[in-house]
Parts: sequence; C-alpha cells; structure tokens
Amino acid sequence: MKKLITLIVNKRAFEVAVEPNRTLAQVLREDLGFLGTKVGCGIGDCGACTVVVDGRPVNSCLVLAVQVNGSEITTIEGVSEGAELHPVQEAFVEYGAIQCGFCTSGMILSAKTLLDRNSNPSEPEIRAALSGNLCRCTGYQKIVEAVHAAAGMMKK
Amino acid sequence: MKEYSVINTRVPRVDGRAKATGKARYADDLSMPDMLYGALLQSPVAHARIRKIDTSKAKKLPGVKDVVTAQEAGAVKFGVSPARYDETIFCIDKARYVGDEIAAVAAVDLETALEAAALIEVEYEELPVVLDPFEAIKEGAPVIHEDFPNNIGAEVHQEFGDVEEALKTCDLVRTDKFVNKKQDGAFLEPQACLAFYDPGRGLTLYSSTQAPHYVQRTLAMVLGLPIGKVRVAQPCVGGGFGPKASASTLELTTSLMAIRTGRPVKMAFTREQVFWHSRARHQFFHELTTGVKKDGTLVALKNTCYLDGGAYSSFGIATVYYAGSLLGAPYRLPNMKYDGYRIYTNKPANGAQRGHGGVAARAAWEQQLDIIAADLGMDPIEFRLKNIMQRGDITCNDFNMSSLGMKECLEAVRSGSGWDKKKGKLPRGKGIGVACGFFVSGAGFPIYRSETFHSTAVIKLSEDGGTVNLYTPAAEIGQGSDTVLTQIAAEALGVRYGDVKVSSGDTDFGVDLGAYSSRQTLMSGHAVKQAAEEARRQVLEVLSEQLNIPVEEMDIKDGLVLFKKEGVDFSALRTRYIKEHRGWTDPPSGKHFTFVEAARLAYLARGTIVGTGAYKPGELGGKYKGAAVGTSPAYGCSAQVVEVTVDMETGQVTVDKMTDAHDCGFAINRTNVEGQMQGSLSMGLGEALFEEVKFDGGGRVANPTLGEYRIPTCLDMPNVETIIIESNEPNGPFGAKEVGEGAIMPTIPAILNAVYDATGVRINELPVTSERVFDRLKEEKERRKEV
Ligand code: FES
Ligand code: FES
Repeated sequence: MKKLITLIVNKRAFEVAVEPNRTLAQVLREDLGFLGTKVGCGIGDCGACTVVVDGRPVNSCLVLAVQVNGSEITTIEGVSEGAELHPVQEAFVEYGAIQCGFCTSGMILSAKTLLDRNSNPSEPEIRAALSGNLCRCTGYQKIVEAVHAAAGMMKK
Repeated sequence: MKEYSVINTRVPRVDGRAKATGKARYADDLSMPDMLYGALLQSPVAHARIRKIDTSKAKKLPGVKDVVTAQEAGAVKFGVSPARYDETIFCIDKARYVGDEIAAVAAVDLETALEAAALIEVEYEELPVVLDPFEAIKEGAPVIHEDFPNNIGAEVHQEFGDVEEALKTCDLVRTDKFVNKKQDGAFLEPQACLAFYDPGRGLTLYSSTQAPHYVQRTLAMVLGLPIGKVRVAQPCVGGGFGPKASASTLELTTSLMAIRTGRPVKMAFTREQVFWHSRARHQFFHELTTGVKKDGTLVALKNTCYLDGGAYSSFGIATVYYAGSLLGAPYRLPNMKYDGYRIYTNKPANGAQRGHGGVAARAAWEQQLDIIAADLGMDPIEFRLKNIMQRGDITCNDFNMSSLGMKECLEAVRSGSGWDKKKGKLPRGKGIGVACGFFVSGAGFPIYRSETFHSTAVIKLSEDGGTVNLYTPAAEIGQGSDTVLTQIAAEALGVRYGDVKVSSGDTDFGVDLGAYSSRQTLMSGHAVKQAAEEARRQVLEVLSEQLNIPVEEMDIKDGLVLFKKEGVDFSALRTRYIKEHRGWTDPPSGKHFTFVEAARLAYLARGTIVGTGAYKPGELGGKYKGAAVGTSPAYGCSAQVVEVTVDMETGQVTVDKMTDAHDCGFAINRTNVEGQMQGSLSMGLGEALFEEVKFDGGGRVANPTLGEYRIPTCLDMPNVETIIIESNEPNGPFGAKEVGEGAIMPTIPAILNAVYDATGVRINELPVTSERVFDRLKEEKERRKEV
C-alpha cells in the first residue's frame, strides 16, 4: 500500500505517495525527476547514488524512501544555485576530475559533505571520505586534487 | 614549434559542467511518452538444449505488450568479425552460458516486465558443461558450437624470422608461463538503451555504446532494415573500456520490440547482467620462450597462448591475434613466433578491454625480461635501453614506428622515480620495478572488410557567423573525445575553444568506427581537422575575393583575421556586416577584422559554409595473414616505474608510488592525457592485485557485484607522477597519437617486477593476492632450507 511522505529535496518540499519497497534513489529519479542521481549497482557498492540526507552522505539505493520521510535531502541538482557553480563543482571541472561523469554526482556530494565538516582536510582524510565512491575512469588522483583545490577556493 | 592557442592546453572538458551539475543525460535517464520497459529472460544453466518455451502465461499478464523469443527474433547471425558471426538475438536451440538470452518482454512498467519474464516457462535439457579451456580441447569434451567440434574457435600461427634457428645461437634461453584472470570492464554505468520506431523515418536507438556505427550496421542486418533507416545515437556514456564496443542482444531486442509495438522501449542491465554479458578481458594462458645474447641483445621470442573465449566469439578473433602481435616491440627483435588458440567454454563471452589482447602478454614478457636482465647481471632499464626501438624502426611483423619516444619515456621514469638511488638498495619488503609497452593508435582496418573511411566529420558555420558547429560521429564515452575534437576544430579553423559547438556519436552525422583500439584522437581528429581547414579555406576565399588579397596573405587565429600586410582597409566590409546586424548587441569593433564577420560575409556570398573531412589510414605494412590486427598508422608507447611495500608476514602488497611516462605524440589536451594515463594505471592495478571474475562449478559468475569483484578505490590508488612525452607523430593530426589504451601496458609487469624486488619471489598468476604472495614466500623459504 502506498504511503504519503514528504521529502524536502534541495530546499523544496515534495509530497509523494510511495510504495514502501521503493528506494530513495528510485523515488528521486523516477517520481521526482532528479536524474542526476545515478544508479551503478543498486546494492550499496559503488556510491554513484550518493545524496545528502540531513547532512550525511548516504547511498540512496540502500535507503527506502519511507525511511527518510520528512528529511532534508540534497541531490547534485541542489549543489549550485543558478548559473554559478559550487566551488567543488568548479574544481571538478577545472582539474579534470570528471571523465565519463557517472560517478561524479556522488563524488561531488561526498566531497561537499566532507568540506562542510572539515574545511582543511588532509589527503588521507579526502581519500577516506571518498572511499565509498568508485570511479573506474580517473584513477582518483584528479578528484583528490580537485577536492583540495575546492577547499582552498571555499576559504577565500 | 608552431604556437598553438587551443591545443596542447588544459582547457576544461566541454561536458564538464553538465556532468558536474547532474544535467548530463545517460541512456537510462531518457524517457518518452508512452514508453514501455523491457526485461530479458536469461538462461540459468550454462549448457542446455532448449526443448520448449511457453510464453502464454507471460502474454496474459496485464500490462504486457510484447513477448519475443527466437521464433519472433529470427535466426540471423551476428557478432563482431564477419568471419565468426556466431550469435543470434536469442538462443535458438541451445543455451551456451549462464546469462544467454532466451526471451524478452516489453510492458508498461519494469515490475510487470520482470514479472512476465519470470512467467516464461522454458524446458531445458541440461548438457555437460565445460568451463576449463584445456578440458574443452580434449577429445570427447562437450561441443559448444557444432561448427567447431574441438571447441577451438580461432587459431593463429605466425612466424617472423626463424625462431628455432635463432634460439640455437642464444647464450641464454628461458621459458616461463603466465596466466591472468578474466576481468570485468566495471564501467560505472550499466548498459542501457531506448528505441523508437517511425514507419517513415525508421528506427532510432539511443544506446550506451562505444561504436554507434557498428551497432547501426548490426541492427540493419539482423532486423532486416535498410541501413539508411537505422539511426544509432549516444547520450552520455558512463565508461566503456571495450565491452560496449559491439552490438548486443540488449540493443537488438529493445529495437525489435519497439518496431513490433510501435512504442518506445527502454531496457537496461542490472549490475549482475553486466557481469553475465561480460565481453571484457579474456583469460590468457601464455608460455613464452625468450633467447638473448650474453651482452643482452634480444634474439628470439616464442609465444604460445591459449585464450578462454567463453561461449561466443565477440572480439575474440582480434584478441587472439593481438595476444601475439603486440609483443616484440618496443624492442628490436628479429625473430618471433606465435601460436594462439581461442577456445569456446560455457562462460560469458570474452571480448575487448583496454589494451586489447596485449595486456597479459605484456605482463608475462616484461616480467620475463626482468628475470633475464637479472640473470645477465644487467640493470633492467639498461637492458631495455639496449634493445629499444626508435623512430623509423620497423618490427619483424611489419609495424612501422613512425614516431617512438620509448627511450625518452624510459629515461623520464628513471629520473622521475629516482631509480638509480633505489634499485637494489631498498630494504626487504620494499621494491621497485619497471616495464615498457606500446599500443596501436587505431586499428588499421575496419572490423568488416570495406574501403570505408574510418572517420568523417562535418563543420557547418552558423549563418550569422558566430558559431562553428562540429558534427562528428565519433563516440564520446568519457575519455574526452568531444573535448579533443572541439580543440582540434577550433585550432584548425582559427577560432576560440568556446566558439565551437560539438555534437557527436550519431550515425546521422556520418561514419566513425567508434571508440575502440585507441583510435579517435588520431583518426577522428584527422577528419575534424580536415573539415575545419576546408571551412576555413572557404571563408578566406570569399574574403580574398572581396578584399582583393591573396588567401596566403591572410590567417585566422583566436577568432580574428590576420593580414600579413599592414594597413588593410576592411571598413567597407565591417559596415556591411553591421548593417546586416542592426539591433544586435554585439557589433564588431577593434582593429582586427573578426572571424564572425568573415563567416557571415562568406555565407552571404556562397550560402551555408560547410567543410567536410574524411580519414582512412594510408598503405600499411604487413602482407601476411592476420596483418590487419596490429598494423596501425602510429603507435603510442610508455614506461612505468612502480614502488611497492609487501608485508612479508601476510604477503599483502601495497602500491606506494607510480611514475608513468607516455608518448602520445602530441598532447591535444594535457589534462585529458594525464587522466587517461591515471585511469589506465588504476585499471591495471586492479587487474594486477585483485580483480577476478570467479565462477562456481555450474558456470555461474560467483561474484557478480562491484563489492565482491572489487575494483580499486581511492584508498588503493597511489598518486601517479605523469610525464607526457611528445614525439610528434607524422601520421597524426598535429602530431598526436594514442594514450587511452596503451597507458595500461606496463602497469601489471611493473608491479610484478616491484613485488619481486621486494620479496625475491616471482608471481606467474594474477591477481597478486596476499595469499598467493604468502604461499610463494613459504615455498621459497622451504626451498632455501632444502638447499
Ligand atoms: S547505486 Fe547505490 S551504491 Fe551503487
Ligand atoms: S568519471 Fe567515470 S566512473 Fe568516475
């Protein structure tokens, strides 16, 4: 039976009727159209579906939508406002941290959550924070460099 | 060197912003009104005769719009090499691996489609299963394809020089065996596609493919459509690395059901299905015998390889050739013999993956060369330098190294890594290793026999003069071809990077063979460059007529027209342009005549300005059988030094540092070149240390998840010192050649050689797990005790 829930996605409240077995990833993508959330595995292995729920990065493919009723959710679409990119996004573009882009939404959200908590992370801290996000294209180095650079940009 | 404005820079990717903001759309993000969802039924058994398929229950399920089996899909065979078309859309009488496609359903939603697929009843008569290639070639083994009673789907026998005679003249000859494991592409985006059909306009398929052109041809052939009525286009593609380079049942069935229902159909793989479908790196069993002179001169190589092919040929014909032809170079080797056998087994078909066919061979040989260098008492870098090929050298199998910065690469990693201070001087448990490699810069021939151009391109200047539209059928799969081709177009035309608007990956734009064999920068790049030069010429011709200045006395750069002579008066033309554009907000000003003005005037004089380009390689070497696999207009090469720590108690290997030098001819985009190098190293590190597709006794993939299969995370990858070497390839656009695949070549052997340096043991079987190292260390200890 469907249940009516409220999700506050990128600061906007959405009321949705969802089946209890539907994941947050499915509801974000299919019901609400936040297609920037990617699904690379559906079982919590890859991190492509990472979104921020109440300040914490989560694999949205592992969370049922009904579990996060009332939560504040940030998807990749909510990271920047208007035409201006968030420093993490800007650094990802500038430093070559993006190739195919399928891991990018999740990477950026994991990186952003890290920087929101820790404005000056060391390389091991960055790597630890991104260790749940797989990337097959980049070898991670330019992603790590981009996060460093973003930290610098955010301090200014 | 010529001054460039747009190429050889670090301009950010053209699609970076869309990807960073979540706006980029991949195949599974697409939808259309009235769209149906597809689901496949795949064989749960590895080898079985199909007695009966009953779809009646599935058809009755409300919401189901189509159910197809071989009966509806027909029996037209397809595959990659026309010589080995051995697949049909669905199994006709036999299933040959777990995952072989039996039927498909299209329904109003995915849940219904999946439910209906599960309602299809199939009666299987199970047949004996053969999973081991060496079992498969034994007398009396189960036969997988009736046409190949010994299960050998392809074999290759080549000899250059006289290996047996040459070996007799050697001072040192050694034979080693080596085996890798079946790898998975593990691109982050599972395959997906969406098809729709209009009786007038024909079929359109959006697919996460690396090769729209081959998919188009296969769809037309198998579904019986005129090729002009099939359009294949790419949305953003989330990585490919090889397995997405051929047409698949997913694409064919989705298209078939779209035609039958008259409604759009979308179908996507789950991650598990990606593992089943595979078409990724083969397992190779190599035996190499190498002979050298006392002074370190390489004399001969004998290479025997058995490939576990899986149930179908896929790219395997090319693979079995590459496993031989990609050795020899980058060293001067006068005698080389190769015997290769690709064997069918009841496992998912293996195909192409980054470094196609050559990665295991390279690992085996570079490790053996390391052993030989040690036996001769030579430094491994000195030994390699002694035999290194240089620009202009031709291999015994007729590959022309028209540019080759191999020596420069080796010297760069030697100094970049501090080799001389470290080699032989590290404590036990720490090690340093080196290796080299080379790769084709595009296959010299298309997969099907044809005189076709390999790449075409169209540049159309917008009629207002302000935008350069680049239409390229080349495939952007994440590697950055859209960016590189945009840069080439801008540089060749003389405009700024931002003036070019690229559209790509669409068969409506022309022919491009696609993103495989590391070919697009060179081949598509040539076509784009030619198209841009053609458009440029037309603009300058009009200008020449109107200003009465010879074309040779004008140039276009950074969006401005430059006159060789001082004081050219273009005010009349500018006035004309401004009159045309009354009310527009950007009237040209300044002391230079702009490209925008010139392009507008060219349009006024001649109509729409279009430049086209087309490329195919010139005459290539090699008249022997199989020369088509490996001959290329150019070859990239690289050297790597890897430093590792090995825990001598547990055998755990940690890669601490990698130094990589790659000769890409000329770096169109320096950031992208580094990205390809680092990504290659990461894939190589994964294959070296832990990646392995495992099977249970019934032929089921035992670890079909990214978690259990395990690819490198950012905790596994060290930082890489990336050194770009530019040898200026005469056959490449602006001197450019490949980087995407070749960069993986030295990674595995450099790791193996470093592990040996740290431990004193050689590992001849991948992956180098702690267990394997532990066992070898124990063996070695015992052996020492006995001595
Ligand atoms: S899709 Fe959620 S972790 Fe992979
Ligand atoms: S950019 Fe392709 S997976 Fe990360």
